[in-house]
Amino acid sequence: MLLIHCPYCDETLPEAEFAYAGEAHVSRAAVPSEVTDEVWRDFLFYRSNVRGPHYERWRHVYGCGRFFNAVRDTVSDRFLTTYEAGAPKPALTDLEGQK
Amino acid sequence: MTRFSAFALVKNALTGQKGWEAQWPDSQPKQEYDVVIVGAGGHGLGAAYYLAKEHGITNVAVVEKGWLGGGNTGRNTTIIRSNYLYDESARLYDHALDLWEGLSQELNYNVMFSRRGVLMLAHNVHDVQSFQRHVHANRLNGVDNKWLTPWEAKQFCPILNIDQDARYPVLGAALQRRAGTARHDAVAWGYARGAAARGVDIIQNCPVTAIRRDASGRVAGVETGRGFIRAKKVAVSAAGHTSVVMDSAGVRLPLESFPLQALVSEPVKPCMPCVVMSNAVHAYMSQSDKGELVIGSGTDQYTSYSQRGGLPLIEHTLAAICEIFPTVTRMRMLRKWGGTVDVTPDRSAILGKTPVPGLYVNCGWGTGGFKATPGAAHVLAWTVAKDEPHPINAPFTLERFTSGRLIDEAAAAAVAH
Amino acid sequence: MSYRIPGRGRVDHADPVRFTFDGKSLKGLRGDTLASALLANGIHLVGRSFKYHRPRGIVTAGSDDPNALVETSRDSGRFEPNTRATVQELRSGLAAESQNRFPTLEYDVGEVNNLLAPLFSAGFYYKTFMWPRNFWDKVYEPVIRRAAGLGRAPTEVDPDHYASRYAHVDVLVAGAGPAGIAAALAAARSGASVMLVDENSEIGGSLLSEPGVEIGGTPAWDWLADAAAELEALGVQVLPRTIAMGYYHQNMVGLCQRVTDHLDTVPANAPRERMWRVRAARVVLAQGAQEKPLVFDGNDRPGVMLAGAAQTFLNRFGVRVCDRGVVVTSHDSAYHAAFDLADAGAVIAAIVDTRSEIRDDLRSEARARGIEVLASHTVTGTKGRLRIKSVRVNPVASGRVLSPRTLFCDALLMSGGWTPALHLFSHTKGGLAWDAEAQTFLPDRKTENCEIAGAGRGLWGIGAALADGAKAGAEAAGALGREATTPEFDVTTDRAGTGRAHEELPTDRNPSRVRAFVDFQNDVTAKDIRLAVREGMRSIEHVKRYTTTGMATDQGKLSNINGLMIAADALGKTPPEVGLTTFRPPYTPTTFGAFAGYHRGAHFEVTRKTPIDPWAEAHGAVFEPVAQWRRARYFPQGEEDMDAAVERECRATRASVGIFDASTLGKIEVTGPDAVEFMNRVYTNPWTKLAPGKLRYGVLLGDDGYVRDDGVIGRISEHQFHVTTTTGGAARVLNTMEDYLQTEWPDLDVWLTSTTEQWAVVALNGPNARKVLEPLVEGLDISNAAFPMMSVADCTVAGLPARLFRLSFTGELGYEINVPARHGLALWEALMTAGAPHGITPYGTESMHLLRAEKGFIIVGQDTDGTVSPQDAGLGWALGSKKADFIGMRGLQRPDLVAKGRKQLVGLLTEDGAVKLEEGAQITAERDAPLPRAMIGHVTSSYRSPALGRSIAMALVKDGHDRMGEIVYIPMENEVIAARIASANFYDPDGGRAKA
Repeated sequence: MLLIHCPYCDETLPEAEFAYAGEAHVSRAAVPSEVTDEVWRDFLFYRSNVRGPHYERWRHVYGCGRFFNAVRDTVSDRFLTTYEAGAPKPALTDLEGQK
Repeated sequence: MTRFSAFALVKNALTGQKGWEAQWPDSQPKQEYDVVIVGAGGHGLGAAYYLAKEHGITNVAVVEKGWLGGGNTGRNTTIIRSNYLYDESARLYDHALDLWEGLSQELNYNVMFSRRGVLMLAHNVHDVQSFQRHVHANRLNGVDNKWLTPWEAKQFCPILNIDQDARYPVLGAALQRRAGTARHDAVAWGYARGAAARGVDIIQNCPVTAIRRDASGRVAGVETGRGFIRAKKVAVSAAGHTSVVMDSAGVRLPLESFPLQALVSEPVKPCMPCVVMSNAVHAYMSQSDKGELVIGSGTDQYTSYSQRGGLPLIEHTLAAICEIFPTVTRMRMLRKWGGTVDVTPDRSAILGKTPVPGLYVNCGWGTGGFKATPGAAHVLAWTVAKDEPHPINAPFTLERFTSGRLIDEAAAAAVAH
Repeated sequence: MSYRIPGRGRVDHADPVRFTFDGKSLKGLRGDTLASALLANGIHLVGRSFKYHRPRGIVTAGSDDPNALVETSRDSGRFEPNTRATVQELRSGLAAESQNRFPTLEYDVGEVNNLLAPLFSAGFYYKTFMWPRNFWDKVYEPVIRRAAGLGRAPTEVDPDHYASRYAHVDVLVAGAGPAGIAAALAAARSGASVMLVDENSEIGGSLLSEPGVEIGGTPAWDWLADAAAELEALGVQVLPRTIAMGYYHQNMVGLCQRVTDHLDTVPANAPRERMWRVRAARVVLAQGAQEKPLVFDGNDRPGVMLAGAAQTFLNRFGVRVCDRGVVVTSHDSAYHAAFDLADAGAVIAAIVDTRSEIRDDLRSEARARGIEVLASHTVTGTKGRLRIKSVRVNPVASGRVLSPRTLFCDALLMSGGWTPALHLFSHTKGGLAWDAEAQTFLPDRKTENCEIAGAGRGLWGIGAALADGAKAGAEAAGALGREATTPEFDVTTDRAGTGRAHEELPTDRNPSRVRAFVDFQNDVTAKDIRLAVREGMRSIEHVKRYTTTGMATDQGKLSNINGLMIAADALGKTPPEVGLTTFRPPYTPTTFGAFAGYHRGAHFEVTRKTPIDPWAEAHGAVFEPVAQWRRARYFPQGEEDMDAAVERECRATRASVGIFDASTLGKIEVTGPDAVEFMNRVYTNPWTKLAPGKLRYGVLLGDDGYVRDDGVIGRISEHQFHVTTTTGGAARVLNTMEDYLQTEWPDLDVWLTSTTEQWAVVALNGPNARKVLEPLVEGLDISNAAFPMMSVADCTVAGLPARLFRLSFTGELGYEINVPARHGLALWEALMTAGAPHGITPYGTESMHLLRAEKGFIIVGQDTDGTVSPQDAGLGWALGSKKADFIGMRGLQRPDLVAKGRKQLVGLLTEDGAVKLEEGAQITAERDAPLPRAMIGHVTSSYRSPALGRSIAMALVKDGHDRMGEIVYIPMENEVIAARIASANFYDPDGGRAKA
């Protein structure tokens, strides 16, 4: 069971309190009717599925209920950081530096 | 190739086992091949076998980053069935089932395909409706699948708990008698041996780092840990690692890779004659020929390549197993392992051409890839050889995600593979 | 005869314990394991091997024994296979049976396999049993299956229960040998919270087998008692009989504690085992090392045992495993076993050492005891059917095996050196590095916050273990910011040593006749491994899988390194080039029930019940599980079956009034200044013009355009909506709403609150619904004019604060009365009383489904299936086409969703109204055609309609909306049913009854 830091509660808590919510920074078009089928397909279905640091969303569903973002290494399952939804995407170089 | 037979066994028993030769050579990469297949699992090796045997294309290499059969081929719970709902899926898996039935003889390698029957349990009214929909659709598609009452299900699998006061009572079951299990490693080895005998190079410990394209955009070959290998055609069949490989060719795929866990018990004398699947509680069990109870679990919630998986899922799976089979609580878990499964948005495979000329892909099998092995391999070989999909895999295109023409077994039935 | 040495060991010589083995009554002592008790009775033969059914004896003194697996039972239901005799503590009345033999352990017909062994080479089954084609699963496989397996599976339901617990500690120490104890002391003295676990019945590890060691001038066992007392005083949680079975992400370690298996009687309510999930800031792995067998012809005969095991049986249990032993070794440690046994009165015929160089002190100690030491020797065979009688040894000179001699013995004690126990470290995906000098893998790159101490990282001897453990414990505490000092231990009479690893020992005999076992249980020989390599299995994983070496119940603890050495030799590679197979959890086989813990029976998963559930139960309701809820399905009277009960319930509702518990409906309160804008974006429908006090049916899509949920939604005030969802969809819908609100539209000022469990909901339907309700309502005029269809208002019902909905899911005049959950039952009872004059009839989900089907109302998940658009479902009218966006709007424009040929929801009337279709039945356009048939749809809902006096059905049919009036066919197994496509609004199509 992973340990996850909720940036809103500022506590590190077991995975059982959280729900994974897919890749982060996948943006929904502001005016969906104006985008092509391909753009909509990418929004619906295409994910980076990276091997390594992965920007992803979690929801502290059995806690504060907030959605937040995280960077997790999908090879080791280790979290590099978590941050509030809407906060800018942290550069990986900064995170590697933290390790 | 030494032909395997009882006679050969006796002969070798009398001559100190001296007559056995390598089942496949440890090939070194040549500079160029007609076809390079990335990934030496059952699907990739099988495709090489059928390319050589049915299409006469023998200048083929199967390139594998680890050891052949070491991915999901060697990490699954070996369930084989074809009672899928949609015509497209039913045809694909039934094609595989037809091939499974003769595979040992085809390969001269006993893959131990055991038609012991797969029982899928319905635990609520919704399950019943959904499974009956399957049974009816299967019948009209010529696919064997039969609805059983709880009592009939218990006759078929005596250790089943059909107490109607259970938390998730068994309200009935769909039985595909023709379905069953096979010896997973043997499938990879049998195809490897058959392909190698027809001239295919199997190159292990050779990670593919990138797919190269020429100036026209057509595929040119693969970069590997052992240098560049030129290829006229490249087929990627790398399961959970497909995304990473295809990315290098500029082909993005709607895939996500999740950890999937499975486990076995200590071996015991036969106590379970068939395979039982319970999708409502995510637990699958059969007993191997060695006597181990083979148990499959669901996927963890997050994407991962760690092949690790968490404890809570195993706890849930074994709780479910103890509910369905209450006499097994004192049995012990011997070994648990994790695999990485590649899942598409509609949980059906992508098998066919890609936007890059000469590049083909076979991926997205999720938790259902093993059962498809001979079928997928067979139509992948066809697709590569003819540069057009076989009618069976024609619907399994990448384009369906743009049009919305999904083959969504899971949405249709809330059924895991 | 007894092999017990009076007064010796840690067993209680004053407390005899009776037990049986294969029906024979025997005596052991309190403190024995089953294995030590059997050995005390002179019994080595305990089982038969998996494949060849060879007689096998006890090999180890620990949980890694491959042979000493027996069936044990206590009483009815408490039977289990594959109990490790070396782990199972002796208890009074323990009944043990040997396994995998017929008819007896001594005369087993399965032994014929042993004669046919040349046929059963590695992977033989891949090469035969293929003809005739149908024989595999009918003939060969059943025979193979019966021959395989070890013990028998339990056949009764387990009367025991299993517990689970979470714990959080600063430092978890796995393994309570000298290294683990020192680590626990060092960490605990710094003030850290420490948990110390060990699989044995008491702490001490190798100290239990080394009573002669002195630590700080104190004899080992006295020191141990002092250490135990100090650990207790420091508050260290010491868990014996507890296996650290798996090491999971971020320092979570799974422990399995045996609670009752060692007790004479099972205390009431005590769990049999307890699973611990321990989250530790630091973990110290001090699991020691495992002794390896040597690989030579006949190394599997009963009486052939690891030297260290013999030492443990002697010193810890006071059992001398032989009268006359021979020792064969490649490691110094076996000398000490020989010396201890000699000192205890056994004859040691010789110490056969594969090495040429032998330490002088060992030589002289052997000489002092009159033990012959044969350096540079090999073992080339053993004899004896059910117990070893002699061993054949040969000198080796310049790589040549010279003439043999025979040594008579009743035990052969072997040591091929020691393998660090790195299983848990490997679970973390930690890296291993090959130590060429020690010829073993050692821990290297760490991925978790752990230390490895003692023999686990290749250090040998009590002194080294104590020092290293102390250092690891102090480091662990230091890493947590504590001041920790590293205790020092002065160890005398330590018996450290070194050794070397081997592939199979050299022999002078015809290699084809040699059977040198690598994996005892799975009957894998050195020859099998070499054959596998010759057949192209070049990866160690292939060798493992092809030969099954390392796949037995010890998971390769004894065999992995020997197998690797042989495979590497066959491949002409070094062991690290070949690599090790992955260690997988659990460390030792772990009981299913312990994983399941409390999640059994009714507690397998939570059952949600409504406030009205007790009434339904008291009134004989038949329930069905829906998501996590249990819902009343119907209320049979007398001998009624479901069909009869449902027909009665439906007729009564349409004729007068029915009452239904709708509390499981999902409910979400959407409030805030931007609530209406939020609703506009989430649901397909337009909400701006819905006036407060009014209801509207809402449809929720996914962004792919498919129907996800639906429900009636009330606008309570300008900025407040009362949303209802399907029973199963409540959590999903709230999650979707939160997701879009928090991450796509954080600018909207809206709050979402789940109120599913706050409201109890009672639905009242039927022409007399108002008559029943009206007298109970205060603060609201519910006349048809004042409170028409699709209205909502707060009021008082039966003196209870209520939110009243007027809507109809049945086609009749209907109300849904929401009251705070605690009043649900009171409301229900008040309505039952008020309705009694009208014959009010409770109905369940089955009637609810039928009544709505007569009106053609859909049930999401039954009439839709995740691939159905709102237009497909006939809900196109619910799309707010003037809106700029809503979830799913763009998805609906995708090519396949606007194409022809989509499956659309229609009504279906069988030509013969007496015939009811089966739900899930498939629909075809032609009556007859060969298989495979082209299917154009399927039946989603089907009932016998009491109101219409005939069957009705709903179906998804390709282009169904354009096929009204057409005949389609439903081919069943034995007949073809014709049906006509119709509107699904079968009953009161104008809807006048609901509006009345």
